Amino acid sequence: MNRAVDAIMVFLVLTNLLMLGASRLASLIRVVAVQGVILGLLPLVAGQEAISIHQYALAAGILSLKGVVFPWLLTRAQRDANVRREVEPFVGYSLSLLAGMLALAFSLWLGRRLPLPVQGGSTLVAPVAFFTIISGLFLIVTRKKALTQVLGYLALENGVYAFGIAIAQDSPLLVEMGILLDVFVAVFVMGIIIFHINREFDHIDTDRLAKLQDWAAQPQEAPMTESAFAIDKDDKHDKHDKGDKA
Amino acid sequence: MILLLILMPAAAGLAAFAIRNDAVRRTLLVATAIFHSCVTVATWLEAPAPLLSGWLELDAAGRLILNIVSGLFLVIALYLIEYLRREAHGEAHGVREDSEEQGVLFSNAPEAIFTGCLLLLLSAMSVQAVSQHFGLFWVAMESSTLASASLIYFHRHHRSLEATWKYVLIGSVGIALALLGNFFLAAAASFGKGEPLPLLLGDLIKHRNNLNVTWLKAAFVLTLVGYGTKMGVAPLHTWKPDTYSEAPAVVAALLAGAVTSCAFLGILRMQQVCVAAGQTAFSQDMLVVLGLVSMAVAAVFILGQNDYKRMLAYSSVEHMGILVLGLGLGGVGIFGALLHTLNNAMSKPLLFLVASNIRATYKTRSASAVTGILKVLPGSGVLWIVGFLASTGFPPFGIFVSEFIILSAALNQGHYWIAAAFVALLALIFIGLGVIVLRMSQGMPPVELAGIHVKERPLALLPPAVLAAAVLLFGLYLPAALKDTIAQAAQALGGSGCP
Repeated sequence: MNRAVDAIMVFLVLTNLLMLGASRLASLIRVVAVQGVILGLLPLVAGQEAISIHQYALAAGILSLKGVVFPWLLTRAQRDANVRREVEPFVGYSLSLLAGMLALAFSLWLGRRLPLPVQGGSTLVAPVAFFTIISGLFLIVTRKKALTQVLGYLALENGVYAFGIAIAQDSPLLVEMGILLDVFVAVFVMGIIIFHINREFDHIDTDRLAKLQDWAAQPQEAPMTESAFAIDKDDKHDKHDKGDKA
Repeated sequence: MILLLILMPAAAGLAAFAIRNDAVRRTLLVATAIFHSCVTVATWLEAPAPLLSGWLELDAAGRLILNIVSGLFLVIALYLIEYLRREAHGEAHGVREDSEEQGVLFSNAPEAIFTGCLLLLLSAMSVQAVSQHFGLFWVAMESSTLASASLIYFHRHHRSLEATWKYVLIGSVGIALALLGNFFLAAAASFGKGEPLPLLLGDLIKHRNNLNVTWLKAAFVLTLVGYGTKMGVAPLHTWKPDTYSEAPAVVAALLAGAVTSCAFLGILRMQQVCVAAGQTAFSQDMLVVLGLVSMAVAAVFILGQNDYKRMLAYSSVEHMGILVLGLGLGGVGIFGALLHTLNNAMSKPLLFLVASNIRATYKTRSASAVTGILKVLPGSGVLWIVGFLASTGFPPFGIFVSEFIILSAALNQGHYWIAAAFVALLALIFIGLGVIVLRMSQGMPPVELAGIHVKERPLALLPPAVLAAAVLLFGLYLPAALKDTIAQAAQALGGSGCP
């Protein structure tokens, strides 16, 4: 069983790297969908004994939500908002990939520091889960489109979930389903907000959602602690602030 | 009894989506609030039996939070009658004048959705208060985030949209990290012999010697980050000023009083496991640092703040800081922190509700454009000053007592520099808030309001007055039953009982 888990973990790493390098939103959505499908297979191979109904239900839930429903929802949002690609992210694609490699190394180191319980199975689980989480966070922080940030959130959630399925196999079905339902509603709500943002502003660039901040009168002093979006509209300031943000 | 607390508001919330008649829906809201608080009172008379093999059980800390949630919701439901009437008549489809953008047209979200989400939020918070299972608590916490998202976007306005986006994204990412913390806790619990432990608070404490310390520490850090984001302790507070300033003040009151208290409960539960496993030294240091940083950030941003709702948001950051500081100091500090949860859940909503009255009359959120509240709105003006004194810890209000207990905890343990920083920051915030609040209250009203005597409606004044009375009462006399509950909860967290 361990080898199947290992294979899934390797696939997760590959999808993460693809995600960091993708500029077209359609392909990004597809990569996240593939990641969801891979994750859906995990409960079927992670268990030590025969597969229970619980695990089938969980796999079916993950496959249908992360593999089908989310991509469909997000593709619709993408078409409605009429955005094709992430233009000029805060950190470029090759630099993102480089950061991804560093994050992978860091995750492997971190995985070493936290020894897994005996029945935990594959030693790759913890590092890959950390790497997926960091990749998701990285997408949220460095990309401008609201849609990409939702995809980053999904990747983050996938990472948390991969860890949960592999380590805490015995958590009750009620909780697992509750978590899935919450993630579903979260993506749904974010989709609705994106729809509204698009209608209200005619774009979904979150870096231009910067009306709300303290000291708005002196935007060049925009405090970076203030918000993830507190980047000044001006392109000049944009570059200036980039350093602080990264 | 526990099921009633959870299912009744949920059912009412779902029904509210379908009810078309405004009067019926508002009656349902208030009736549910009254019913919920009646059941909560009944739990004092007869302790409810645990349900679902111990998943749902009302312990001392949960009881405190449940009472906060239930009582505050009732007060806010009463205020909402007035608020929704005001919104439906005057301001809906109206013009909102802001300091920078004059006259942006906006409409309100349908009232049915607003009321429905409000009741679902009450249900989610009740689940949090009674839940003993970490996974279930998480599910309820994320549900409360999602339910409050549509409350924040009540005014369909591009500024509130921006605030909602930040709230949902930052909140969800934070809570996702808390989920990872839950799984880490599960990993910590699976080191012992035999079956891994269920994530039930009681079981974890019973088998405390089987927990793996490294994973437990990591779980604590992630939970603190996750639920700390929901509480809004600095530096995880970034959504707070935007959300509190753009959401309707009633919603901000509910978020600042109830939702943050529930998030604090999540940290309390985790701390309880850490205490049982003997890892207090590790967790307490982190809590103290977070607490002082929050107070410092709040002090910096309150001084020179020109938006009075943002000012209140930073004041909320300050109080969240005091909560985790008290918890981190241990000893009597834990009693102080729990008492402070109660006091803060009364005083901050009080200020937000009065701010809503001010905003309805002056039509601006800019503190410098508001003067002479005492002349224009005498009732709200008095409550505004009372609220300021209550929330900055002026004697004899309850916050003075809880802050004093926390200070004495710092002094008892010889942490003199922490005590000094605590007092200095409190003084700084007192000055910062005082300058803004007193300038707004006194002086001559602006030209367009000069000579106009606005008739204040009783339902706009009664709810904040009730909150003011409560926070005053807790300062002068703490009912014995409540005191016992807090002391019991503090002892479970490794603190000493009543000081």
